[in-house]
Amino acid sequence: METFIHQVVAGIATGGVYASLALALVMIYQSTHHINFAQGEIAMFATYMAWTLINAGVSYWLAFTCTILLAFALGVLIQRIIIRPVENAPVLNIVVVFIGLLVILNSIAGWVFTYTIKAFPSPFPKEPPFGLHFISSHELGSIGVTLVLLLMLYGFFKFTPLGLAMRAAAQNPDSSRLVGIRVGWMLALGWGLAAAIGSVAGMMIAPVVFLEPNMMSGILLYAFAAALVGGIDSPGGAVLGGFIVGILENILGAYVIGTELKLSVALVLIIVVLTIKPAGLFGKVIVSRV
Amino acid sequence: MKKRQFTLTALCLSLAGFAMSASAQKKYDPGASDTEIKIGQTMPYSGPASAYGTIGKVQAAYFKQLNEQGGVNGRKINFISLDDGYSPPKTVEMVRRLVEQEEVLLMMGTLGTPSNTAIHKYMNTKKVPHMFLATGASKWNDPKNFPWTIGFNPNYNSEGKLYGQHILATKPNAKIAVLVQNDDYGKDYFNGFKEGLGAKAASMIVATASYEVTDPTIDSQIVTLKGSGADTFFNITTPKFAAQAIRKVDEVGWKPTHYLNQVSASVGSVLKPAGLDKAVGLISMLYVKEGSDTRWDNDPTMKDFKALIKKYAPEVSPDDGNATYGYAVAQTMVQVLKQAGDNLTRENIMKQAASIKDFQVPMVLPGVLASTSSDDFALFQTIQMVKFDGKNWVDFGKPVTVK
Amino acid sequence: MSSNLPSHEKTIPWIWLVLGLLGACALPFFITNYHVFQVSMVLTYAIALVGLNILIGYSGQISLGHGAFLAIGAYTSAILMDKADMPYWITIPIAAAVCLVVGFLFGLPALRLEGHYLALATFALAVSLPQLLKFKHLEFLTGGVQGIVIMKPEAPWETLFGLKLNSDRWLYFFTLAVTVVMFMIGWNLIRGRVGRALIAIRDQPIAAASMGINTPLYKSLAFGVSAMFTGVAGALSAILVAFVAPDSFTVFLSITLMVGMVVGGVTSLPGALYGALFIQFIPNIADQISKAAPWAIYGVMLILFMYTMPTGIAGLLRLIGQKLRPTHP
Repeated sequence: METFIHQVVAGIATGGVYASLALALVMIYQSTHHINFAQGEIAMFATYMAWTLINAGVSYWLAFTCTILLAFALGVLIQRIIIRPVENAPVLNIVVVFIGLLVILNSIAGWVFTYTIKAFPSPFPKEPPFGLHFISSHELGSIGVTLVLLLMLYGFFKFTPLGLAMRAAAQNPDSSRLVGIRVGWMLALGWGLAAAIGSVAGMMIAPVVFLEPNMMSGILLYAFAAALVGGIDSPGGAVLGGFIVGILENILGAYVIGTELKLSVALVLIIVVLTIKPAGLFGKVIVSRV
Repeated sequence: MKKRQFTLTALCLSLAGFAMSASAQKKYDPGASDTEIKIGQTMPYSGPASAYGTIGKVQAAYFKQLNEQGGVNGRKINFISLDDGYSPPKTVEMVRRLVEQEEVLLMMGTLGTPSNTAIHKYMNTKKVPHMFLATGASKWNDPKNFPWTIGFNPNYNSEGKLYGQHILATKPNAKIAVLVQNDDYGKDYFNGFKEGLGAKAASMIVATASYEVTDPTIDSQIVTLKGSGADTFFNITTPKFAAQAIRKVDEVGWKPTHYLNQVSASVGSVLKPAGLDKAVGLISMLYVKEGSDTRWDNDPTMKDFKALIKKYAPEVSPDDGNATYGYAVAQTMVQVLKQAGDNLTRENIMKQAASIKDFQVPMVLPGVLASTSSDDFALFQTIQMVKFDGKNWVDFGKPVTVK
Repeated sequence: MSSNLPSHEKTIPWIWLVLGLLGACALPFFITNYHVFQVSMVLTYAIALVGLNILIGYSGQISLGHGAFLAIGAYTSAILMDKADMPYWITIPIAAAVCLVVGFLFGLPALRLEGHYLALATFALAVSLPQLLKFKHLEFLTGGVQGIVIMKPEAPWETLFGLKLNSDRWLYFFTLAVTVVMFMIGWNLIRGRVGRALIAIRDQPIAAASMGINTPLYKSLAFGVSAMFTGVAGALSAILVAFVAPDSFTVFLSITLMVGMVVGGVTSLPGALYGALFIQFIPNIADQISKAAPWAIYGVMLILFMYTMPTGIAGLLRLIGQKLRPTHP
């Protein structure tokens, strides 16, 4: 029984990792209606920037803040310079550009920082919370950070005029322009915010999985699945999706199918969920009238 | 009288002349010449295994410096190392290019069990030396069927067996948990381990968990293994996952006797990121000197090595186990080339590789000698078990002979 | 979806095709065996891209997981050759049949998903297949993590019309023949009823359904046919490389296929060939430009291709062709 609880809690911890990256995916989707496959690499690159700062002697929280700002700038730059020329191109072309971006970031990170793993510091205490061994303080703290991000994102989109403008720009660019929304800058803002969220995700993930250029590739798939299970346009759904995926994967691996097939089975289950509820658990179903 | 003298003299002179020309004869196969020896290699410089690319980088630096110092027997080494991204079809393509287009004399240190499996038959059909493979799979030591392939790493199977036998001898009632990477390398270790435990394997191993290289974390697996109540842990993981495992084992408050495979025993690239304090008590095996080990601080080879990478490969950390490993392989290669002298045919290269007699590779631990014979291509017959004390790996018992 | 005119609406320049084929037949006698091997690999990628094109270009669905069908085709061929001692040429149609069925069966439930969700489903397929291939209970068939080593087929004759044949050259001709057959099948499919139905479903799904086209059936069929092409490509590549292993079929392979298709030109048969050339040779070229970060060069080239040739290489060539041809009244 204790092991079962431990597995569930471990699943929540891992799920928190997926959830934080899933939030970045939701952010980019809400503001551009594209799923950015390079999101993980942007997060990884931002984490390397943080690592460089910390290694140069900067204190953790200062480096943390600087990295968020740098990541935001990076996101905006990428959107304005690289994505804008293909904004109106067919979806597949945009996907190829994302992949190009992914490969470039990964390769440059490997070249500059090498592929050897690096330790990344955690701002949370080393002792486990309440002396229990189920979860580390860092993992608990990361989940907390993810939930804070979630609340901020939710509030931003639901209650602020800027958030509304961004959602409008993504859903209906032409009408948005008519009401005076500067669509181009909304998109850039979306990218910047997504990169910033991704950088936080990266800085929370790196202490757990160790920093290396391929750090995010395994996580991206799970984050993708989590975002879709929860509903790609629902930040809360994405976070819940992350936890679900984490717990599901752990339970399947430990009790049902063994670790050798747990990834396949987890994915199959997710697809089954999607065939029953195509917009995800909390997504809005879009009904097209004929 | 005169005629006999004349004939005798003529005979002697011609015999002498013949002997002189035979010894002065240089023999070359494609890739070798008076001025150059071409060596080919494929390495994963990109993709999931790219951390191992350090090996190729260090070797390239080594040969570069060697060339500047005059090369081997007056010949410069033209080292061509290509990226195969750890994908077997790409390895096949790159190796074919090296052998058929670049016409290298031999291949050195190609990395990866699946990559080498893909070219195993090809190299032996083409009769090109397939040397010092950067993998410890047991199948490379098969001179009868694959006479052109010779491995380097002490093989995984033997190391696993060693740990199994050690547990049988020191803790016969142990309850063992195993974490294993789900691929060829992991399986090789695990099979050897089970062999070492013999008939008691099934009863002693109480839990096994595997993981994929694409998994983000192995936290769940560690939780499962701890939950089995095991008091001994065999950790068959590659560096990134080894670091994660060491950290997680500590985090969940599990304190087993922890055996770690040599592949991830590097202080610099695994133990330090995981946390040196968490790695105390780890048992593993070493055969190459560690860059971070203070006892080699005044060792001439270690000093040369550190100077080399500082000058030619500054992005490489001297604490990286892959770096000293690559250096050791390069040194062994140079020894074989030196032994071959001017007879640089592929056949002679293999002959020299199969007749290494008690050679102390400078970068390898003192006392662990390299020896090969025509029916046994395993380079290192003895392995030294080591235990981590929080700063360095310390010798743990006497070197053990492995087969 | 971009409004590309499918290339079959132009008349086929027969003279170019014949010349091209003759050139292809003469090629292996002028280049080294290593290059013959490379060109053979290009042909297998071209077949796979035709398959992907049928699914994505003509049928408007998406797949990020076609590497899985490459794997299924390759393993089918390898298992039959290794365990059942079948001659290599028979394994090709069998691999085709297996993939057709698997693809169709996958398409049936998958077609309920659209866009991102379908992408995820196909992605999941690509990710889980290597795990299945390593699964210990299937090891007796698949060779597990070790993979399967195949005997590379030898040429059946020493010489052909007085020209020397060796294994590489023979396999090249075999691959070329299969490629021509597959392209012809693809051509006929696209021009015929199936192709028109797929295009209708892609562009106006509601209208198509109203006209009586059995949308679910055709969508699943598209998956099946697309998988069939890719399976044939996989089987051929297994024979050429003479080795299959789970590591050969990573997710990156699936992504590479998709990239190749877009760069070559969606909804275009010649585009498959251009895309295949891109997939095979650009990474090598990138490696020569920069040893330090070759994939960064590859990524930059990808992005530049998308900027300058949004309709792919085939699209660009078509545009050039139109500019050069005098306008019809």
